[in-house]
Amino acid sequence: MLQDITILNEKETRGGFGEGIAEAGRRNPNVVALTADLAGSLKLNDFIKEFPERFIQCGIAEANMIGVAAGLTIGGKIPYTTTFANFSTSRVYDQIRQSVAYSNKNVKICASHAGLTLGEDGATHQVLEDIGMMKMLPGMTVIVPCDFNQTKAATIAIAEYEGPVYLRFGRPKWPNFTAEDQQFEIGKAQVLTEGTDVSIIACGHMVWLAVEAAKELAEKGISADLINIHTIKPLDEAAIIKSLTKTGCVVTAEEHQANGGLGDSVANVASQHCPVPHEYVAVMDTFGESGKPTDLLKKYGLTKEHIVEAAEKAVARKKGK
Amino acid sequence: MDVKGLKEIAAQVRRDIVRMVHGVQSGHPGGSLGCTDYMVALYFDIMKYDTNFKMDGKGEDIFFLSNGHISPVFYSVLARAGYFPISELATFRKLNSRLQGHPTTHEHLPGVRIASGSLGQGLSVASGAALAKKLNNDDRTVYSLHGDGELQEGQNWEAIMFAAHHKIDNLIATIDVNGQQIDGPTNKVMGLGSLEEKFKAFGWHVLSIDGNDMEDVVKGLNAAKAASGKGKPVCILMHTIMGKGVKFMEGTHEWHGIAPNDKQLEEAMTLLPSTLGDY
Repeated sequence: MLQDITILNEKETRGGFGEGIAEAGRRNPNVVALTADLAGSLKLNDFIKEFPERFIQCGIAEANMIGVAAGLTIGGKIPYTTTFANFSTSRVYDQIRQSVAYSNKNVKICASHAGLTLGEDGATHQVLEDIGMMKMLPGMTVIVPCDFNQTKAATIAIAEYEGPVYLRFGRPKWPNFTAEDQQFEIGKAQVLTEGTDVSIIACGHMVWLAVEAAKELAEKGISADLINIHTIKPLDEAAIIKSLTKTGCVVTAEEHQANGGLGDSVANVASQHCPVPHEYVAVMDTFGESGKPTDLLKKYGLTKEHIVEAAEKAVARKKGK
Repeated sequence: MDVKGLKEIAAQVRRDIVRMVHGVQSGHPGGSLGCTDYMVALYFDIMKYDTNFKMDGKGEDIFFLSNGHISPVFYSVLARAGYFPISELATFRKLNSRLQGHPTTHEHLPGVRIASGSLGQGLSVASGAALAKKLNNDDRTVYSLHGDGELQEGQNWEAIMFAAHHKIDNLIATIDVNGQQIDGPTNKVMGLGSLEEKFKAFGWHVLSIDGNDMEDVVKGLNAAKAASGKGKPVCILMHTIMGKGVKFMEGTHEWHGIAPNDKQLEEAMTLLPSTLGDY
Protein backbone atom coordinates (compact mmCIF):
# COMPACT_ATOMS: atom_id res chain seq x y z
CA MET A 1 0.00 0.00 0.00
CA LEU A 2 1.17 3.44 -0.94
CA GLN A 3 0.59 4.86 2.53
CA ASP A 4 2.80 2.15 4.01
CA ILE A 5 5.83 3.38 2.12
CA THR A 6 7.57 5.52 4.68
CA ILE A 7 11.02 6.88 5.37
CA LEU A 8 13.12 4.63 7.61
CA ASN A 9 15.90 7.19 7.87
CA GLU A 10 17.97 9.47 5.64
CA LYS A 11 21.24 8.08 4.37
CA GLU A 12 23.59 8.52 1.43
CA THR A 13 23.26 5.88 -1.30
CA ARG A 14 27.07 5.84 -1.50
CA GLY A 15 27.03 4.73 2.14
CA GLY A 16 24.97 1.75 1.04
CA PHE A 17 27.65 1.04 -1.53
CA GLY A 18 30.34 1.19 1.15
CA GLU A 19 28.50 -1.30 3.37
CA GLY A 20 27.67 -3.43 0.36
CA ILE A 21 31.20 -3.78 -0.95
CA ALA A 22 32.50 -4.68 2.51
CA GLU A 23 29.86 -7.41 2.71
CA ALA A 24 30.59 -8.58 -0.84
CA GLY A 25 34.25 -8.75 0.20
CA ARG A 26 33.35 -10.95 3.17
CA ARG A 27 31.28 -13.28 1.03
CA ASN A 28 33.69 -13.59 -1.88
CA PRO A 29 37.50 -13.53 -1.57
CA ASN A 30 37.83 -12.55 -5.22
CA VAL A 31 36.21 -9.15 -4.73
CA VAL A 32 38.81 -6.39 -5.01
CA ALA A 33 38.27 -2.63 -4.74
CA LEU A 34 40.00 -0.03 -6.88
CA THR A 35 39.80 3.71 -6.56
CA ALA A 36 41.12 6.78 -8.30
CA ASP A 37 41.88 8.83 -5.18
CA LEU A 38 38.30 8.78 -3.91
CA ALA A 39 38.27 5.98 -1.34
CA GLY A 40 36.74 8.27 1.29
CA SER A 41 34.04 9.68 -0.95
CA LEU A 42 33.03 6.18 -2.03
CA LYS A 43 32.96 4.97 1.60
CA LEU A 44 35.53 2.23 1.15
CA ASN A 45 36.81 2.58 4.72
CA ASP A 46 35.35 -0.68 6.01
CA PHE A 47 36.52 -2.67 2.99
CA ILE A 48 40.05 -1.26 3.25
CA LYS A 49 40.20 -1.97 6.96
CA GLU A 50 39.12 -5.58 6.56
CA PHE A 51 40.85 -6.39 3.28
CA PRO A 52 43.87 -4.10 2.86
CA GLU A 53 45.54 -6.54 0.45
CA ARG A 54 42.48 -6.46 -1.81
CA PHE A 55 42.38 -2.68 -2.08
CA ILE A 56 44.21 -1.12 -5.02
CA GLN A 57 44.81 2.61 -5.03
CA CYS A 58 45.19 3.87 -8.62
CA GLY A 59 45.73 7.57 -8.01
CA ILE A 60 44.05 10.16 -10.20
CA ALA A 61 44.28 8.01 -13.31
CA GLU A 62 40.88 6.63 -14.21
CA ALA A 63 41.76 5.30 -17.65
CA ASN A 64 44.46 3.11 -16.15
CA MET A 65 42.11 2.01 -13.38
CA ILE A 66 39.61 0.64 -15.91
CA GLY A 67 42.35 -1.25 -17.75
CA VAL A 68 43.82 -2.63 -14.53
CA ALA A 69 40.36 -3.81 -13.53
CA ALA A 70 39.93 -5.57 -16.89
CA GLY A 71 43.29 -7.27 -16.35
CA LEU A 72 42.38 -8.36 -12.81
CA THR A 73 39.31 -10.21 -14.09
CA ILE A 74 41.54 -12.41 -16.22
CA GLY A 75 42.97 -13.92 -13.05
CA GLY A 76 39.45 -14.47 -11.71
CA LYS A 77 39.17 -11.34 -9.60
CA ILE A 78 35.94 -9.34 -9.33
CA PRO A 79 37.13 -5.74 -9.43
CA TYR A 80 34.91 -2.86 -8.32
CA THR A 81 36.23 0.43 -9.71
CA THR A 82 35.23 3.48 -7.74
CA THR A 83 35.16 7.17 -8.55
CA PHE A 84 32.60 9.87 -9.35
CA ALA A 85 30.11 9.02 -12.07
CA ASN A 86 31.57 11.51 -14.51
CA PHE A 87 35.08 10.04 -14.21
CA SER A 88 33.62 6.53 -14.26
CA THR A 89 32.02 6.96 -17.66
CA SER A 90 32.58 9.86 -20.04
CA ARG A 91 36.21 10.25 -19.07
CA VAL A 92 37.00 6.60 -19.74
CA TYR A 93 34.40 5.63 -22.31
CA ASP A 94 36.76 4.11 -24.84
CA GLN A 95 38.60 2.16 -22.15
CA ILE A 96 35.28 0.73 -20.97
CA ARG A 97 34.14 0.08 -24.51
CA GLN A 98 37.20 -1.87 -25.62
CA SER A 99 38.79 -3.35 -22.49
CA VAL A 100 35.59 -4.07 -20.54
CA ALA A 101 32.44 -4.24 -22.68
CA TYR A 102 33.81 -5.59 -25.98
CA SER A 103 36.19 -7.84 -24.06
CA ASN A 104 33.28 -8.95 -21.83
CA LYS A 105 35.20 -8.54 -18.58
CA ASN A 106 33.62 -8.99 -15.17
CA VAL A 107 34.27 -5.41 -14.04
CA LYS A 108 31.88 -3.57 -11.72
CA ILE A 109 32.05 0.13 -12.51
CA CYS A 110 30.75 1.84 -9.39
CA ALA A 111 29.91 5.50 -9.74
CA SER A 112 29.01 7.94 -7.01
CA HIS A 113 28.00 11.62 -7.10
CA ALA A 114 25.85 11.09 -10.18
CA GLY A 115 23.47 13.76 -11.37
CA LEU A 116 22.53 17.22 -10.15
CA THR A 117 22.43 16.21 -6.48
CA LEU A 118 26.21 16.28 -6.40
CA GLY A 119 25.46 19.94 -5.77
CA GLU A 120 27.94 22.74 -5.32
CA ASP A 121 30.80 21.29 -7.41
CA GLY A 122 28.78 22.21 -10.47
CA ALA A 123 28.35 20.98 -14.02
CA THR A 124 31.91 19.68 -14.54
CA HIS A 125 31.13 16.96 -12.02
CA GLN A 126 27.36 16.55 -12.49
CA VAL A 127 27.25 13.90 -15.15
CA LEU A 128 23.76 13.67 -16.67
CA GLU A 129 24.61 11.53 -19.69
CA ASP A 130 26.07 8.42 -18.06
CA ILE A 131 23.01 6.17 -18.16
CA GLY A 132 22.71 6.77 -21.87
CA MET A 133 26.39 6.17 -22.56
CA MET A 134 26.53 3.00 -20.55
CA LYS A 135 23.28 1.45 -21.73
CA MET A 136 24.41 1.83 -25.34
CA LEU A 137 27.33 -0.53 -24.79
CA PRO A 138 26.46 -4.10 -25.83
CA GLY A 139 26.48 -6.46 -22.87
CA MET A 140 26.61 -3.75 -20.21
CA THR A 141 24.22 -4.04 -17.27
CA VAL A 142 23.10 -0.65 -15.92
CA ILE A 143 21.80 -0.39 -12.36
CA VAL A 144 20.49 2.74 -10.63
CA PRO A 145 19.23 1.84 -7.14
CA CYS A 146 16.89 4.22 -5.36
CA ASP A 147 18.13 4.41 -1.76
CA PHE A 148 20.71 3.27 0.78
CA ASN A 149 19.25 -0.17 1.39
CA GLN A 150 18.80 -0.92 -2.26
CA THR A 151 22.26 0.31 -3.17
CA LYS A 152 23.72 -1.99 -0.53
CA ALA A 153 21.71 -4.94 -1.81
CA ALA A 154 22.65 -4.21 -5.42
CA THR A 155 26.34 -3.88 -4.54
CA ILE A 156 26.26 -7.34 -2.99
CA ALA A 157 24.22 -8.84 -5.83
CA ILE A 158 26.49 -7.74 -8.68
CA ALA A 159 29.39 -9.80 -7.32
CA GLU A 160 27.31 -12.91 -7.99
CA TYR A 161 26.56 -11.83 -11.56
CA GLU A 162 29.19 -12.59 -14.23
CA GLY A 163 29.63 -9.69 -16.65
CA PRO A 164 30.27 -5.95 -16.81
CA VAL A 165 28.03 -3.77 -14.65
CA TYR A 166 27.57 -0.04 -14.26
CA LEU A 167 26.25 0.82 -10.78
CA ARG A 168 25.16 4.43 -10.33
CA PHE A 169 24.45 6.12 -7.01
CA GLY A 170 24.75 9.51 -5.40
CA ARG A 171 26.16 11.86 -2.87
CA PRO A 172 23.47 13.40 -0.64
CA LYS A 173 21.54 12.05 2.29
CA TRP A 174 18.26 10.84 0.86
CA PRO A 175 15.15 9.09 2.16
CA ASN A 176 15.88 5.42 2.76
CA PHE A 177 12.64 3.49 2.45
CA THR A 178 13.13 0.06 0.86
CA ALA A 179 13.54 -3.02 3.01
CA GLU A 180 16.84 -3.58 4.75
CA ASP A 181 16.72 -7.31 4.08
CA GLN A 182 15.70 -7.08 0.42
CA GLN A 183 17.00 -9.50 -2.19
CA PHE A 184 18.17 -7.53 -5.17
CA GLU A 185 17.20 -9.10 -8.46
CA ILE A 186 19.01 -7.63 -11.47
CA GLY A 187 16.60 -6.78 -14.27
CA LYS A 188 13.44 -7.11 -12.18
CA ALA A 189 11.28 -4.02 -11.85
CA GLN A 190 10.06 -3.18 -8.37
CA VAL A 191 6.35 -2.37 -8.33
CA LEU A 192 5.92 -0.08 -5.34
CA THR A 193 2.20 0.41 -5.63
CA GLU A 194 -0.47 -0.58 -8.11
CA GLY A 195 -2.79 1.95 -9.69
CA THR A 196 -5.01 2.44 -12.71
CA ASP A 197 -4.78 6.00 -14.03
CA VAL A 198 -1.12 6.68 -14.77
CA SER A 199 2.16 4.77 -14.69
CA ILE A 200 5.02 6.51 -12.93
CA ILE A 201 8.35 4.92 -13.72
CA ALA A 202 11.42 6.26 -11.95
CA CYS A 203 14.99 5.40 -11.03
CA GLY A 204 17.53 6.53 -8.43
CA HIS A 205 16.80 9.49 -6.19
CA MET A 206 13.66 10.25 -8.21
CA VAL A 207 11.91 7.15 -6.91
CA TRP A 208 11.25 8.66 -3.49
CA LEU A 209 9.95 11.84 -5.11
CA ALA A 210 7.69 9.65 -7.23
CA VAL A 211 6.36 8.01 -4.05
CA GLU A 212 5.51 11.44 -2.65
CA ALA A 213 3.98 12.46 -5.96
CA ALA A 214 1.83 9.33 -6.02
CA LYS A 215 0.56 10.13 -2.54
CA GLU A 216 -0.39 13.63 -3.62
CA LEU A 217 -2.01 12.34 -6.79
CA ALA A 218 -4.04 9.88 -4.72
CA GLU A 219 -5.43 12.79 -2.75
CA LYS A 220 -6.44 14.37 -6.05
CA GLY A 221 -8.20 11.18 -7.08
CA ILE A 222 -5.53 9.98 -9.54
CA SER A 223 -4.38 6.44 -8.97
CA ALA A 224 -0.73 5.86 -9.92
CA ASP A 225 0.96 2.61 -10.85
CA LEU A 226 4.39 3.21 -9.41
CA ILE A 227 7.43 1.31 -10.64
CA ASN A 228 11.05 1.56 -9.55
CA ILE A 229 13.21 0.57 -12.51
CA HIS A 230 16.46 -0.01 -10.67
CA THR A 231 17.88 -1.91 -13.63
CA ILE A 232 17.80 0.20 -16.76
CA LYS A 233 19.48 -2.56 -18.73
CA PRO A 234 18.39 -5.28 -19.12
CA LEU A 235 15.02 -3.56 -18.90
CA ASP A 236 12.02 -5.34 -17.41
CA GLU A 237 9.92 -4.85 -20.54
CA ALA A 238 7.12 -7.12 -19.36
CA ALA A 239 6.52 -5.00 -16.25
CA ILE A 240 6.45 -1.83 -18.35
CA ILE A 241 4.09 -3.25 -20.96
CA LYS A 242 1.79 -4.58 -18.26
CA SER A 243 1.63 -1.22 -16.50
CA LEU A 244 1.24 0.95 -19.60
CA THR A 245 -1.42 -1.34 -21.03
CA LYS A 246 -3.34 -1.00 -17.79
CA THR A 247 -3.01 2.76 -17.22
CA GLY A 248 -2.76 4.10 -20.76
CA CYS A 249 -0.26 6.86 -19.97
CA VAL A 250 3.14 7.23 -18.35
CA VAL A 251 5.49 9.61 -16.59
CA THR A 252 9.19 8.78 -16.37
CA ALA A 253 11.39 10.48 -13.80
CA GLU A 254 15.18 10.43 -13.69
CA GLU A 255 18.13 12.55 -12.61
CA HIS A 256 19.58 12.43 -16.11
CA GLN A 257 19.24 13.99 -19.53
CA ALA A 258 15.92 13.21 -21.20
CA ASN A 259 18.04 12.19 -24.19
CA GLY A 260 19.10 8.59 -23.84
CA GLY A 261 17.99 7.94 -20.28
CA LEU A 262 15.34 5.82 -18.56
CA GLY A 263 12.55 7.73 -20.31
CA ASP A 264 13.91 6.84 -23.73
CA SER A 265 14.26 3.20 -22.71
CA VAL A 266 10.60 3.19 -21.65
CA ALA A 267 9.57 5.04 -24.83
CA ASN A 268 11.40 2.43 -26.90
CA VAL A 269 9.35 -0.36 -25.34
CA ALA A 270 6.11 1.64 -25.49
CA SER A 271 6.49 2.60 -29.14
CA GLN A 272 6.81 -1.05 -30.12
CA HIS A 273 4.23 -2.62 -27.83
CA CYS A 274 1.85 -0.10 -26.27
CA PRO A 275 2.23 3.51 -27.43
CA VAL A 276 0.69 5.85 -24.84
CA PRO A 277 1.01 9.54 -23.90
CA HIS A 278 4.39 9.92 -22.17
CA GLU A 279 5.69 12.84 -20.11
CA TYR A 280 9.36 13.16 -19.17
CA VAL A 281 10.63 14.47 -15.87
CA ALA A 282 14.32 14.80 -16.69
CA VAL A 283 17.00 17.33 -17.51
CA MET A 284 16.19 18.93 -20.84
CA ASP A 285 19.36 19.10 -22.91
CA THR A 286 21.28 21.41 -20.63
CA PHE A 287 24.21 21.28 -18.23
CA GLY A 288 23.73 21.74 -14.50
CA GLU A 289 25.35 24.35 -12.24
CA SER A 290 26.49 24.94 -8.66
CA GLY A 291 23.89 25.02 -5.93
CA LYS A 292 22.25 23.03 -3.16
CA PRO A 293 20.87 19.70 -4.38
CA THR A 294 17.26 20.54 -3.58
CA ASP A 295 17.53 23.97 -5.23
CA LEU A 296 19.04 22.38 -8.32
CA LEU A 297 16.30 19.77 -8.55
CA LYS A 298 13.74 22.57 -8.34
CA LYS A 299 15.44 24.73 -10.98
CA TYR A 300 15.89 21.86 -13.43
CA GLY A 301 12.40 20.47 -13.02
CA LEU A 302 13.01 17.35 -10.94
CA THR A 303 10.68 17.63 -7.93
CA LYS A 304 7.59 15.93 -6.58
CA GLU A 305 5.56 18.86 -7.95
CA HIS A 306 6.98 18.33 -11.43
CA ILE A 307 6.03 14.66 -11.31
CA VAL A 308 2.49 15.49 -10.16
CA GLU A 309 2.13 18.06 -12.93
CA ALA A 310 3.48 15.65 -15.51
CA ALA A 311 1.08 12.95 -14.35
CA GLU A 312 -1.91 15.26 -14.62
CA LYS A 313 -0.79 16.26 -18.09
CA ALA A 314 -0.36 12.62 -19.14
CA VAL A 315 -3.80 11.72 -17.83
CA ALA A 316 -5.32 14.71 -19.67
CA ARG A 317 -3.60 13.70 -22.92
CA LYS A 318 -4.94 10.18 -22.51
CA LYS A 319 -8.44 11.61 -22.25
CA GLY A 320 -7.80 13.66 -25.37
CA LYS A 321 -7.82 16.99 -23.59
CA MET B 1 64.28 -24.32 -28.85
CA ASP B 2 67.60 -23.42 -30.46
CA VAL B 3 68.06 -20.22 -32.40
CA LYS B 4 68.16 -22.04 -35.73
CA GLY B 5 64.75 -23.57 -35.10
CA LEU B 6 63.33 -20.23 -33.98
CA LYS B 7 64.63 -18.58 -37.15
CA GLU B 8 62.92 -21.20 -39.27
CA ILE B 9 59.61 -20.57 -37.56
CA ALA B 10 60.10 -16.81 -37.91
CA ALA B 11 60.61 -17.20 -41.65
CA GLN B 12 57.31 -19.05 -41.95
CA VAL B 13 55.50 -16.55 -39.74
CA ARG B 14 56.74 -13.69 -41.92
CA ARG B 15 55.48 -15.57 -44.94
CA ASP B 16 52.11 -16.07 -43.24
CA ILE B 17 51.87 -12.35 -42.44
CA VAL B 18 52.43 -11.22 -46.01
CA ARG B 19 50.08 -13.85 -47.41
CA MET B 20 47.33 -13.02 -44.89
CA VAL B 21 47.49 -9.30 -45.60
CA HIS B 22 47.67 -9.92 -49.34
CA GLY B 23 44.78 -12.38 -49.17
CA VAL B 24 42.34 -9.80 -47.88
CA GLN B 25 44.13 -6.73 -49.30
CA SER B 26 44.01 -5.20 -45.85
CA GLY B 27 45.96 -5.24 -42.60
CA HIS B 28 49.27 -4.14 -41.12
CA PRO B 29 52.36 -5.93 -42.40
CA GLY B 30 55.09 -3.46 -41.33
CA GLY B 31 54.94 -3.74 -37.55
CA SER B 32 54.03 -7.42 -37.78
CA LEU B 33 57.22 -8.24 -39.68
CA GLY B 34 59.30 -6.14 -37.31
CA CYS B 35 58.00 -7.95 -34.23
CA THR B 36 58.12 -11.47 -35.67
CA ASP B 37 61.38 -12.52 -34.04
CA TYR B 38 60.20 -11.39 -30.60
CA MET B 39 56.83 -13.12 -30.92
CA VAL B 40 58.43 -16.36 -32.10
CA ALA B 41 61.03 -16.34 -29.32
CA LEU B 42 58.31 -15.64 -26.75
CA TYR B 43 55.95 -18.42 -27.84
CA PHE B 44 58.49 -21.04 -28.90
CA ASP B 45 61.21 -20.61 -26.29
CA ILE B 46 60.40 -18.30 -23.38
CA MET B 47 56.81 -18.69 -22.24
CA LYS B 48 55.24 -21.64 -20.48
CA TYR B 49 51.63 -22.01 -21.57
CA ASP B 50 48.87 -24.42 -22.43
CA THR B 51 47.33 -24.33 -25.93
CA ASN B 52 44.22 -25.88 -24.37
CA PHE B 53 43.20 -22.29 -23.79
CA LYS B 54 41.83 -21.10 -20.47
CA MET B 55 41.08 -17.42 -20.03
CA ASP B 56 42.48 -17.22 -16.48
CA GLY B 57 45.91 -18.53 -17.51
CA LYS B 58 46.58 -19.68 -13.94
CA GLY B 59 49.99 -21.25 -13.65
CA GLU B 60 50.87 -20.04 -17.15
CA ASP B 61 52.87 -17.18 -18.57
CA ILE B 62 50.47 -14.91 -20.42
CA PHE B 63 50.91 -12.34 -23.17
CA PHE B 64 49.01 -9.19 -24.11
CA LEU B 65 49.29 -7.43 -27.45
CA SER B 66 48.58 -3.75 -26.90
CA ASN B 67 49.33 -2.55 -30.44
CA GLY B 68 46.53 -4.71 -31.78
CA HIS B 69 46.99 -3.71 -35.41
CA ILE B 70 49.91 -6.13 -35.68
CA SER B 71 47.36 -8.91 -35.40
CA PRO B 72 48.83 -10.84 -38.39
CA VAL B 73 51.97 -11.78 -36.46
CA PHE B 74 49.92 -12.57 -33.33
CA TYR B 75 47.52 -14.83 -35.22
CA SER B 76 50.25 -16.61 -37.16
CA VAL B 77 52.25 -17.30 -34.01
CA LEU B 78 49.18 -18.48 -32.07
CA ALA B 79 48.23 -20.83 -34.90
CA ARG B 80 51.76 -22.12 -35.38
CA ALA B 81 52.01 -22.65 -31.61
CA GLY B 82 48.90 -24.83 -31.74
CA TYR B 83 46.12 -22.64 -30.32
CA PHE B 84 43.97 -23.10 -33.45
CA PRO B 85 44.32 -24.66 -36.92
CA ILE B 86 46.69 -22.83 -39.27
CA SER B 87 44.07 -23.12 -42.01
CA GLU B 88 42.08 -20.52 -40.12
CA LEU B 89 44.71 -17.91 -40.99
CA ALA B 90 43.05 -17.75 -44.43
CA THR B 91 39.97 -16.17 -42.81
CA PHE B 92 41.88 -13.12 -41.52
CA ARG B 93 39.73 -9.96 -41.64
CA LYS B 94 36.97 -11.71 -43.55
CA LEU B 95 33.29 -11.91 -42.63
CA ASN B 96 32.42 -14.40 -39.86
CA SER B 97 36.06 -14.92 -38.90
CA ARG B 98 37.49 -15.28 -35.41
CA LEU B 99 40.55 -13.46 -36.78
CA GLN B 100 39.18 -9.93 -36.59
CA GLY B 101 41.13 -6.97 -37.92
CA HIS B 102 42.22 -6.29 -34.38
CA PRO B 103 42.42 -9.06 -31.76
CA THR B 104 39.35 -9.63 -29.67
CA THR B 105 37.96 -12.05 -27.13
CA HIS B 106 34.52 -11.45 -28.61
CA GLU B 107 34.78 -14.30 -31.12
CA HIS B 108 36.53 -16.54 -28.57
CA LEU B 109 39.76 -17.01 -30.49
CA PRO B 110 42.00 -19.18 -28.28
CA GLY B 111 45.08 -17.31 -27.08
CA VAL B 112 43.51 -13.84 -26.95
CA ARG B 113 42.64 -12.46 -23.51
CA ILE B 114 41.66 -8.86 -24.26
CA ALA B 115 40.53 -6.76 -27.18
CA SER B 116 43.11 -4.28 -28.41
CA GLY B 117 43.31 -1.86 -31.28
CA SER B 118 42.34 1.40 -29.69
CA LEU B 119 45.87 2.14 -28.55
CA GLY B 120 47.37 2.68 -25.14
CA GLN B 121 45.23 0.31 -23.08
CA GLY B 122 47.31 -2.86 -23.01
CA LEU B 123 49.79 -1.89 -20.32
CA SER B 124 47.00 -1.19 -17.85
CA VAL B 125 45.43 -4.55 -18.61
CA ALA B 126 48.76 -6.37 -18.35
CA SER B 127 49.42 -4.63 -15.01
CA GLY B 128 46.03 -5.77 -13.71
CA ALA B 129 46.62 -9.33 -14.88
CA ALA B 130 50.04 -9.32 -13.22
CA LEU B 131 48.51 -8.04 -9.98
CA ALA B 132 45.93 -10.82 -10.13
CA LYS B 133 48.78 -13.34 -10.42
CA LYS B 134 50.33 -11.88 -7.29
CA LEU B 135 47.01 -12.03 -5.43
CA ASN B 136 46.64 -15.65 -6.57
CA ASN B 137 50.20 -16.55 -5.53
CA ASP B 138 50.86 -17.50 -9.15
CA ASP B 139 54.55 -16.99 -9.84
CA ARG B 140 54.37 -16.98 -13.64
CA THR B 141 55.08 -13.88 -15.72
CA VAL B 142 52.96 -11.45 -17.73
CA TYR B 143 54.43 -10.25 -21.03
CA SER B 144 53.14 -7.38 -23.11
CA LEU B 145 54.03 -5.70 -26.39
CA HIS B 146 53.49 -2.05 -27.30
CA GLY B 147 54.34 0.19 -30.22
CA ASP B 148 56.67 3.14 -29.69
CA GLY B 149 54.21 5.53 -31.34
CA GLU B 150 51.58 4.07 -29.03
CA LEU B 151 53.41 5.60 -26.07
CA GLN B 152 52.04 8.95 -27.20
CA GLU B 153 48.77 7.82 -25.59
CA GLY B 154 48.70 9.25 -22.07
CA GLN B 155 47.18 6.16 -20.46
CA ASN B 156 50.52 4.39 -20.89
CA TRP B 157 52.18 6.81 -18.53
CA GLU B 158 49.45 6.29 -15.97
CA ALA B 159 50.15 2.57 -16.22
CA ILE B 160 53.92 3.02 -16.13
CA MET B 161 53.54 5.00 -12.90
CA PHE B 162 51.06 2.47 -11.50
CA ALA B 163 53.19 -0.61 -12.20
CA ALA B 164 56.23 0.92 -10.53
CA HIS B 165 54.28 2.21 -7.53
CA HIS B 166 52.71 -1.19 -6.91
CA LYS B 167 56.03 -2.99 -7.52
CA ILE B 168 54.54 -5.16 -10.26
CA ASP B 169 57.75 -7.05 -10.89
CA ASN B 170 56.16 -10.02 -12.66
CA LEU B 171 55.53 -7.85 -15.71
CA ILE B 172 57.84 -7.63 -18.72
CA ALA B 173 56.64 -4.95 -21.13
CA THR B 174 58.35 -4.72 -24.48
CA ILE B 175 58.30 -1.58 -26.61
CA ASP B 176 58.69 -2.07 -30.34
CA VAL B 177 61.02 0.81 -31.08
CA ASN B 178 60.83 1.00 -34.87
CA GLY B 179 60.76 4.78 -35.00
CA GLN B 180 57.83 4.82 -37.42
CA GLN B 181 54.15 5.58 -37.22
CA ILE B 182 51.33 6.21 -39.69
CA ASP B 183 52.13 9.83 -40.45
CA GLY B 184 55.91 9.37 -40.63
CA PRO B 185 58.99 8.95 -38.46
CA THR B 186 58.08 9.04 -34.77
CA ASN B 187 60.62 11.78 -34.08
CA LYS B 188 58.89 13.97 -36.61
CA VAL B 189 55.31 13.17 -35.64
CA MET B 190 55.73 13.43 -31.86
CA GLY B 191 59.20 12.83 -30.49
CA LEU B 192 59.42 10.45 -27.54
CA GLY B 193 62.80 11.62 -26.26
CA SER B 194 64.84 9.05 -24.39
CA LEU B 195 62.57 6.13 -23.56
CA GLU B 196 65.31 4.60 -21.48
CA GLU B 197 65.58 7.66 -19.25
CA LYS B 198 61.82 8.04 -19.09
CA PHE B 199 61.17 4.44 -17.98
CA LYS B 200 64.05 4.58 -15.51
CA ALA B 201 62.79 7.84 -14.07
CA PHE B 202 59.40 6.16 -13.53
CA GLY B 203 61.13 3.37 -11.58
CA TRP B 204 61.37 0.58 -14.12
CA HIS B 205 64.25 -1.77 -14.87
CA VAL B 206 65.16 -1.12 -18.51
CA LEU B 207 67.13 -3.09 -21.05
CA SER B 208 67.65 -2.72 -24.78
CA ILE B 209 67.83 -5.39 -27.45
CA ASP B 210 68.10 -5.77 -31.20
CA GLY B 211 64.64 -7.11 -31.96
CA ASN B 212 65.60 -8.53 -35.31
CA ASP B 213 68.57 -10.57 -34.11
CA MET B 214 67.06 -13.81 -32.80
CA GLU B 215 70.04 -14.53 -30.56
CA ASP B 216 69.80 -11.11 -28.99
CA VAL B 217 66.03 -11.42 -28.58
CA VAL B 218 66.33 -14.71 -26.69
CA LYS B 219 69.20 -13.38 -24.62
CA GLY B 220 67.27 -10.19 -23.87
CA LEU B 221 64.10 -12.00 -22.85
CA ASN B 222 66.09 -14.26 -20.54
CA ALA B 223 67.84 -11.22 -19.06
CA ALA B 224 64.43 -9.63 -18.51
CA LYS B 225 63.22 -12.76 -16.76
CA ALA B 226 66.29 -12.70 -14.54
CA ALA B 227 65.61 -9.05 -13.71
CA SER B 228 62.00 -9.70 -12.78
CA GLY B 229 60.89 -10.46 -9.24
CA LYS B 230 63.11 -7.76 -7.80
CA GLY B 231 60.59 -5.07 -6.97
CA LYS B 232 60.53 -3.34 -10.35
CA PRO B 233 58.57 -3.88 -13.54
CA VAL B 234 60.83 -4.63 -16.48
CA CYS B 235 60.87 -2.80 -19.80
CA ILE B 236 62.58 -4.10 -22.93
CA LEU B 237 63.30 -1.41 -25.51
CA MET B 238 63.30 -3.56 -28.59
CA HIS B 239 64.85 -1.93 -31.62
CA THR B 240 63.35 -3.28 -34.80
CA ILE B 241 63.08 -2.48 -38.46
CA MET B 242 59.51 -2.07 -39.62
CA GLY B 243 58.83 -4.50 -42.46
CA LYS B 244 61.89 -6.63 -41.57
CA GLY B 245 62.42 -9.52 -43.97
CA VAL B 246 60.69 -8.04 -46.97
CA LYS B 247 63.27 -5.71 -48.48
CA PHE B 248 60.89 -3.29 -50.15
CA MET B 249 58.89 -2.88 -46.95
CA GLU B 250 61.81 -2.30 -44.62
CA GLY B 251 62.38 0.84 -42.57
CA THR B 252 59.46 2.91 -43.77
CA HIS B 253 56.08 3.88 -42.37
CA GLU B 254 54.65 3.48 -45.88
CA TRP B 255 53.97 -0.18 -45.15
CA HIS B 256 52.31 0.41 -41.77
CA GLY B 257 48.84 -0.46 -42.96
CA ILE B 258 48.76 -1.39 -46.63
CA ALA B 259 48.72 -4.70 -48.45
CA PRO B 260 51.08 -5.89 -51.18
CA ASN B 261 49.69 -6.46 -54.68
CA ASP B 262 50.14 -9.76 -56.55
CA LYS B 263 53.52 -8.81 -57.97
CA GLN B 264 54.79 -7.59 -54.61
CA LEU B 265 53.55 -10.78 -52.98
CA GLU B 266 55.51 -12.80 -55.49
CA GLU B 267 58.65 -10.80 -54.75
CA ALA B 268 58.13 -11.16 -51.01
CA MET B 269 57.66 -14.91 -51.32
CA THR B 270 61.07 -15.26 -53.00
CA LEU B 271 62.57 -13.54 -49.94
CA LEU B 272 60.73 -15.70 -47.40
CA PRO B 273 61.18 -19.46 -47.78
CA SER B 274 58.37 -21.72 -46.63
CA THR B 275 59.97 -23.63 -43.79
CA LEU B 276 56.92 -25.23 -42.16
CA GLY B 277 54.48 -25.31 -45.05
CA ASP B 278 51.93 -22.63 -45.94
CA TYR B 279 48.43 -22.56 -44.50
